[in-house]
Amino acid sequence: MCLAVPGKIISIQGEDPLSRIGKIDFGGVLKEASLAYVPEAEVGDYVIVHVGFALNRVDEAEAQKVFEYLREMDQLAELDEAEKPGPASGETPPAVR
Amino acid sequence: MKFIDEYRDAAAAKQLARQIARLATRPWNLMEVCGGQTHAILKFGLDELLPPQLSLIHGPGCPVCVTPVEIIDKALEIAARPEVIFTSFGDMLRVPGSRQDLLSVKARGGDVRIVYSPLDALKLAVQNPGKEVVFFGVGFETTAPATAMAVFQAARQGVKNFSILVSHVLVPPAIEAVLSSADNRVHGFLAAGHVCAVMGCEEYHPLAAKYRVPIVVTGFEPVDILQGILMCVTQLAEGRAEVENQYSRAVRREGNPAAQKLIREVFRVVSRKWRGLGEIPNSGLGLRESYAAYDAEHKFGVAGLVVEESSECRSGEVLQGKLKPYDCPAFGTRCTPEHPLGATMVSSEGACAAYYRYRRAPVPPAS
Repeated sequence: MCLAVPGKIISIQGEDPLSRIGKIDFGGVLKEASLAYVPEAEVGDYVIVHVGFALNRVDEAEAQKVFEYLREMDQLAELDEAEKPGPASGETPPAVR
Repeated sequence: MKFIDEYRDAAAAKQLARQIARLATRPWNLMEVCGGQTHAILKFGLDELLPPQLSLIHGPGCPVCVTPVEIIDKALEIAARPEVIFTSFGDMLRVPGSRQDLLSVKARGGDVRIVYSPLDALKLAVQNPGKEVVFFGVGFETTAPATAMAVFQAARQGVKNFSILVSHVLVPPAIEAVLSSADNRVHGFLAAGHVCAVMGCEEYHPLAAKYRVPIVVTGFEPVDILQGILMCVTQLAEGRAEVENQYSRAVRREGNPAAQKLIREVFRVVSRKWRGLGEIPNSGLGLRESYAAYDAEHKFGVAGLVVEESSECRSGEVLQGKLKPYDCPAFGTRCTPEHPLGATMVSSEGACAAYYRYRRAPVPPAS
């Protein structure tokens, strides 16, 4: 029910903030959505759309954080490997404490 | 699709699962609140990536599933009237009331239509001035802004033949109902990302502090859910109980102020019955006095209807995480998605339907 899908605004109709309508591209499928709740949204922005309303803009910088975190985990795991004296001891390595 | 495919990366999911297994040193139960998350967990088999000491309990976050029989019966009564075009999201049509469902009303000639958005229902009212168009307003805080806008626009345009059967519910009171239950087994929560996209994270701080539970606002793709679980488990391992935001690409701390403003304009907080859970104080939204003309319960005189729930469906226990769907005697036999006894078997986000579709009961050994 709370399914909301990210899509890219490709055009905007109307000036009145409460009745602005965006044409949204969901990976090739085009659909219209109300932009009443994202007055700051512009053409080219990604928005999360639920039952015909854009709920929020997708923050591109924040979207990368998950992957930055995964890269850090990778580096820690490599450090862990490098520092390991022998077979796994089961202790948490100092690097992740 | 951008912002979806990269969050379904198998290597990233496995990396997160390994880290979860390292940190989950004790038996912990986490509850994912939202039915959309339950669906993703079963669809992608995320629970099977977790260590055995970590359990996921599927929470009451499917609005279709928690809509009480009473409201369904009100919908049925209104939809059967000859002057009414009754509009609803598709997943409400097969939810059983005490005797039938909306599809059977439609089969007997009722004008029941599926709409994608409440604004489509308002459009129908404008196009059919000789009819009464009613929209079935179900959903959590995610959906409430859409219903609110339809009512607000109807009032602004002076559309009189439009009304809403309101059954909107709120997530934080349901979390509190779970936490304050005497046999609560939940150690941490994945809060519903899209609810928080509207409402923000602030209202979860008092809950985390009062009940000493970590609450992590989480998205809906596999990598999101596993990272949410990892953040929750990290807090438990470190003895913290804080509100954190995994889904920051869509959720700001303050939520969406424009949407909250319109919710407050049109709705007030009321007590609501939840299917299987009973009445929870201040757990829903009802129309304000100034918008009473758009209240279908009053317009069609069904406000006084009271209906008890059937006893065979045990969805109440499923919704509180006390019973796994396949432990219900009716699961997959007398209760299937084609012939559901209760709403958790109807909606694709209901725990019973998700188990039915993706995971059957453990197969007994051949004799």
